[in-house]
Amino acid sequence: MSRAPASVRPTSAEPAPRRGSDTWTAALTRWVEGLVPKGQWLPDRQPAYVASWIYVFGVACLASLVVIIVSGLVLTLGGVTWWHSNSLGHFVNSVHLWSVELFFATMVIHLWGKFFMASWRGNRGLTWATGALAFFGSLGTAFTGYLIQTNFDSQWISTQAKDGLNAAGIGAYFNVMNLGQMVLWHVSLLPLVVGGIVVVHLVLVRRRGVAPPIGAEDPALSTADEPARPTTPGTPATAPVPAVPVRQGPES
Amino acid sequence: MSARTGGWGITPDSHAFPTRRYDLVKEFVIALAVVTMLSVVAALVFSSPDDPAISLQQWARQAPADVVATAAGELAGTTTSAGYGAPYNTAGTGQTLGPVNLQTLPGVTQPVDSAKDLVLDPVRTLTSDAAAVAAVRVWEAASADRQQAWATAYSDALSKAPDGDPAKVAAGDYGPVPAIAAAELQLAESGSLEGLLTSRTSFFGVDSTKALLLLADGTHLEDLARAQNLGGDQWGIMNETGNYPGQPWLWLYSLWYQVPPFATSDNADIQVWALMILLSIGFICIPWIPGLRTLPRHLGVHRLVWRSWNHRR
Amino acid sequence: MITQFLAASQPVPAGPVVQWGWLTITVANLVVILLMIVVFMLALVLPFPSSREDEDR
Repeated sequence: MSRAPASVRPTSAEPAPRRGSDTWTAALTRWVEGLVPKGQWLPDRQPAYVASWIYVFGVACLASLVVIIVSGLVLTLGGVTWWHSNSLGHFVNSVHLWSVELFFATMVIHLWGKFFMASWRGNRGLTWATGALAFFGSLGTAFTGYLIQTNFDSQWISTQAKDGLNAAGIGAYFNVMNLGQMVLWHVSLLPLVVGGIVVVHLVLVRRRGVAPPIGAEDPALSTADEPARPTTPGTPATAPVPAVPVRQGPES
Repeated sequence: MSARTGGWGITPDSHAFPTRRYDLVKEFVIALAVVTMLSVVAALVFSSPDDPAISLQQWARQAPADVVATAAGELAGTTTSAGYGAPYNTAGTGQTLGPVNLQTLPGVTQPVDSAKDLVLDPVRTLTSDAAAVAAVRVWEAASADRQQAWATAYSDALSKAPDGDPAKVAAGDYGPVPAIAAAELQLAESGSLEGLLTSRTSFFGVDSTKALLLLADGTHLEDLARAQNLGGDQWGIMNETGNYPGQPWLWLYSLWYQVPPFATSDNADIQVWALMILLSIGFICIPWIPGLRTLPRHLGVHRLVWRSWNHRR
Repeated sequence: MITQFLAASQPVPAGPVVQWGWLTITVANLVVILLMIVVFMLALVLPFPSSREDEDR
């Protein structure tokens, strides 16, 4: 939970006009602005405890996702079987494969790091949950990629995977042996779903900020003789952080 | 605002802490450059595996006896697809998890009659082959029991013949089955069987279900896969053809198939799926699970991450 | 042409595999997993660069 009040702020020097503030547009604007505390969408400072290489893996994972999407889009230019017969296509397929390996490697390292840091503390439960969902969504997306290689691997993987999916009743609607269906899921539906989950995850990360160290006390309380150093404009500089918990659970 | 999290007491607001310069955009751009470079270098150095798909023609050339045995099996109803059940047909009950049968719940959504769709209909197109046409006619005129007896007898005889060679099958009453199976082999050899299986109902052959079911009903596909360590009991779910990493992130899913009771269970697929769904939900819900949510405190790795911060305090 | 096609369609040789009891893993997968663990440990122990003027404010 942020310290910034999620309230309407005038966007110019003029006070916000009262008329029109009950419009749907104004409500949406307020909602979007309130998602993340002011100045925290892309801050150029982080809490001082953000000083470890473990923090770079989330961004590395996101960067891998960009390489995956770009190489995947290049592959769509030539179509599903292009890469078998064209050396450029095969190269782009290789970039796609290795960026996926990097994507999962960085994602899992990010996940290990966040687990050992118990980063779900302080109302960040949903941040963990959306990250985990993004992981599972990515598993499914990568799997459909293996199915649409149109080579021996896809023949074997599809005929094997059908049994588990059929046993769970999923195969009735999600037919891994239907190339046309799998191509569309892989290049359109699943990336959009994963992309959406990633966006929610990133918004939550920016909304809550990076979880403080385990056992860290509120600086405003522990260093009473030093001036407090709030980073959020609009918050009184010396306002002590209320020790009253807002919620009992890990997430709102 | 500070917040109390289950099992952790109060966690202060991150925005209350002193800050340090941290250039997120620069971090992202550098990460993008590094990841792009690593992907391109790996692509140049290692390339990517592309073991070509096996055509049904190749299957016919490399393992003709397997094609014949599979065709006979489809007619006898003994292949995997013929006795599968949902979502292809009603010939099997599918896998169950205790009293629950999720497999049959959605019903038959991709109808496949293995004998008709995978063998008889393709063979029927051989209109210039009088023997094949006559064989299909004899088959269709016979009673179901008669058909079953012929096909089962021929399947059994094939399995007893040296190398499963149709030419070395002992004499017997197999009706039109040997002729139909031979015609299926002929179609596969000519290279036209894929088209008959994938494009029969649509000019655009984008659904490979029937061709894949037929191929998987034989043993040739599995033999090739096992040679590549791709078998389910070889941790094959994680593996890739050739000397490449596959999907190592599927290690846990792969693991269950190696250990009892799953390794020997007839319902392994649904059991493993149910277990993985349960574990996945648990994984998503770690922040709310007492014991697990506070486990990292005791593991101590966090002291390494925040050692400089802790040192200064 | 057909011979060429068949030659090109021969399966590639399988990669090496290591086995400890019931655990079987391809060397390629093992390398990926070990690299991940090494990178994770390096990320934990390597000092993160920072200069004095970056510090607390």
